[in-house]
Amino acid sequence: MAVVWIPTLLRPMAGGAETVRVSGATLREVIDNLDQQHPGLRDRILDGGLIRDEIALAIGSDQATDLSLAVAADDEVHILPAIAGG
Amino acid sequence: MVTPTKPDYKVIGTRPLRPDGIDKVTGRAQYGNDIKQAGMIQGQILRSPHAHANIKRIDTSKAAALEGVKAIVTGADLPIVTGDTRAENSINVLAGAKALYRGHAIAGVAAVNAHVAQQAIDLIEVEYEVLPPVLDVRDAMHAEAPVIHDSLRTTSMAGKGENPTNVAAQIGFNFGDIEKGFAECDEIVEGEFCTKMVHQGYIEPQACTAMWNPDGQLVIWTSTQGSFPVRKDTSEILNHPISKVKIIPTEIGGGFGGKIPVYLEPVAALLSKKSGRPVAMHMDRTNVFEGTGPTGGTSIKAKIGATKDGKLIAGYADMAYEGGCFPGSSVTMGAMAMFAPYDVEHVKIDGFDVVVNKPKTQDYRAPGAPAASFALEQLVDELAEKLGIDPLKLRAMNSSHEGTRGPGGMPFSRIGQEECIEAALNSAHYNTPLEGPNRGRGVASGFWFNVGLRSSVNVSVQPDGTVNLVEGNTDIGGTRASLSMQLAETLGIEYGDVKVTVVDTDSVGYNDVTAGSRTTYATGMAANKAGLNLIDEMKKLLAPKWQVELDSIQFADGVFSSGEKSGTFKEAAGIVVGANGAGLTASGSVSAGVLVGGGFGLHIVDVEVDPDTGKTQVLRYTVIQDAGTAIHPSYVEGQMQGGAVQGIGWALNEEYYYDEDGRMANSSFLDYRIPTTLDVPMIDTIIVEVPNPTHPFGVRGVGEVGIVPPLGAIANAVSHATGVRQTQLPMSPRRILETTQGIE
Repeated sequence: MAVVWIPTLLRPMAGGAETVRVSGATLREVIDNLDQQHPGLRDRILDGGLIRDEIALAIGSDQATDLSLAVAADDEVHILPAIAGG
Repeated sequence: MVTPTKPDYKVIGTRPLRPDGIDKVTGRAQYGNDIKQAGMIQGQILRSPHAHANIKRIDTSKAAALEGVKAIVTGADLPIVTGDTRAENSINVLAGAKALYRGHAIAGVAAVNAHVAQQAIDLIEVEYEVLPPVLDVRDAMHAEAPVIHDSLRTTSMAGKGENPTNVAAQIGFNFGDIEKGFAECDEIVEGEFCTKMVHQGYIEPQACTAMWNPDGQLVIWTSTQGSFPVRKDTSEILNHPISKVKIIPTEIGGGFGGKIPVYLEPVAALLSKKSGRPVAMHMDRTNVFEGTGPTGGTSIKAKIGATKDGKLIAGYADMAYEGGCFPGSSVTMGAMAMFAPYDVEHVKIDGFDVVVNKPKTQDYRAPGAPAASFALEQLVDELAEKLGIDPLKLRAMNSSHEGTRGPGGMPFSRIGQEECIEAALNSAHYNTPLEGPNRGRGVASGFWFNVGLRSSVNVSVQPDGTVNLVEGNTDIGGTRASLSMQLAETLGIEYGDVKVTVVDTDSVGYNDVTAGSRTTYATGMAANKAGLNLIDEMKKLLAPKWQVELDSIQFADGVFSSGEKSGTFKEAAGIVVGANGAGLTASGSVSAGVLVGGGFGLHIVDVEVDPDTGKTQVLRYTVIQDAGTAIHPSYVEGQMQGGAVQGIGWALNEEYYYDEDGRMANSSFLDYRIPTTLDVPMIDTIIVEVPNPTHPFGVRGVGEVGIVPPLGAIANAVSHATGVRQTQLPMSPRRILETTQGIE
């Protein structure tokens, strides 16, 4: 199962956990299953089925912009604020 | 300093002349204020003299009656738009019921010339109900502070608050066990740090020309970092179809994040629509300071701890950043950047985005990170002193590396922070003792994320085998050259065989802004992709000409080959294009994400502080930075030097100086002191190249890292020179005398 790192301010929705183990073959499945375990988290990550503008997702060290990307067992999934620059 | 994995490139790493160089040094280049159209008239803006006021009444009748006035607009002429950000953008362009900062645009006038427009501005009567301004970030957070927006609630990833407040957003990062971490420390240092609002200080003020045709087609020439975002914002603010808005980017005289939003464009468009004439508008320097988007002031309380042998264990920060009159400070990026240079197990950060009665802030080169670095790097310096460890060696002992978790929790991929510190330790500067009274040396690290986002280019082959590259990113720091070089490297041709053109929003696919250190990275990826697509298309045309199977054609080192047949790119172009004149084009588009390979830098600075006047002279400055792969080393060095010089100004002189009523008292370059060539020494550079694994040529963005370390490095140097820790910016002569001699 993938290890999802929960952002600090969302941890109350995940029982205070820093990480949650979640099954799923793709990023979308992982988020769906995360929402099954901790209802409401999907809506904090996705909007209308797409990654929210203010959110960036990563699998391991690589940003994931496509929810159909494969997630392997023990992969880390990170939920981060999107950033820009000057 | 080059890592062994860098390939032997032919074009990349050379230093050719920039394609736009001659036009720029001869004055032929067309900037925002150089556009001339038949029948063009001039626009001017009336701005609020108050930092916070209800607008009770605007009477434009006398102005409208003035001969030569062609159109007048106020906020009432803007369509009502929905959505927080869209509404804020609209209200920032022309105020609604409230003036939210001094300089807030109240009305626009277009007239036959600028003098008549200014006369008309003076005839507009505005009745204000002046309200108490909120000017300090910590004061604004108090429960009893005047609330700027009745509808504002604190938002966070977890949801929205219930009560009106000036705290627009709360963020948090918490990894490990912060209490346990500090309990394990032998030495703990802490401090409170403050930075003031500063401006990007681009030399060319905002300028644009708008022409609204009777058929609804709107054309805008403007000096911008992003023509596509200007198109989107203008379309949304005016509720006008995006397909009917064309943005033509002019050359740009600096931006640094400040030329991303729209200010004049929608107003000029409305004035053009009303008058039926092209309308030109431009700002003067006071307008730029008071009416555009500087970066906000900050207040940071921070604490770090380490074991007695120098292992950093824990770090905490409480960070409050000004967003200006609307939400949107850079606190999230500052928080994520703060501890990035170091491998710290236990980290907790609380951050707050706070609205105040100042201009809506905008990104400024590595937004949020310089203030965070200013705080952290001084604490690291203090820790080194307490532990009796060389400050660079302490940084080396705790350096981030591949696998280190940043404050967002995500592990870094291959990064060059360790190599930067090593290069600093081996540098001539660090190994030359600094001697003499009142002198001090400082070092500091800095990090910037670097983003990718979206880019598109088109390439086409000419009959003589040269290639046209059509792209949509404003060239601020030499990207025409850096993109051409990547395409030339891909195609195996000379740099001079690529002709590059920056085009308007109708003429190329979508491109995000030239910002976030992204253009050489992401648009370079698009150029590489377009080049590879072009090679594939040429193979398809070559196969029947050569009477060989398509799959048998290889391309390497600029040569197509199949069995005994072979030809250079130019020779092949002569066969597939030159023979019958057929056009051959290809395109490349990428969506490169936002976390694309962090950049690190380390700065060393020597200063001398005059104990009588408090003036700080920078004696020597060295910038060390990981560029991944330096496509054009001269432009990499220019970015490193430019970032350092802006940081020197921020550290020593620059600030928005407000009176108690919220009026900026130094809104000219005479009183707002950016560094000149007389203020800084030659900035020495050492390029470190640790190729970025996410880019085909190993590129890392280099535009922003350079402004992150100067504030902390100079503060450390000044502290060593004076014996007094400097926790507030700017370290102006006044501030130095206040802190070293107790003079008020």
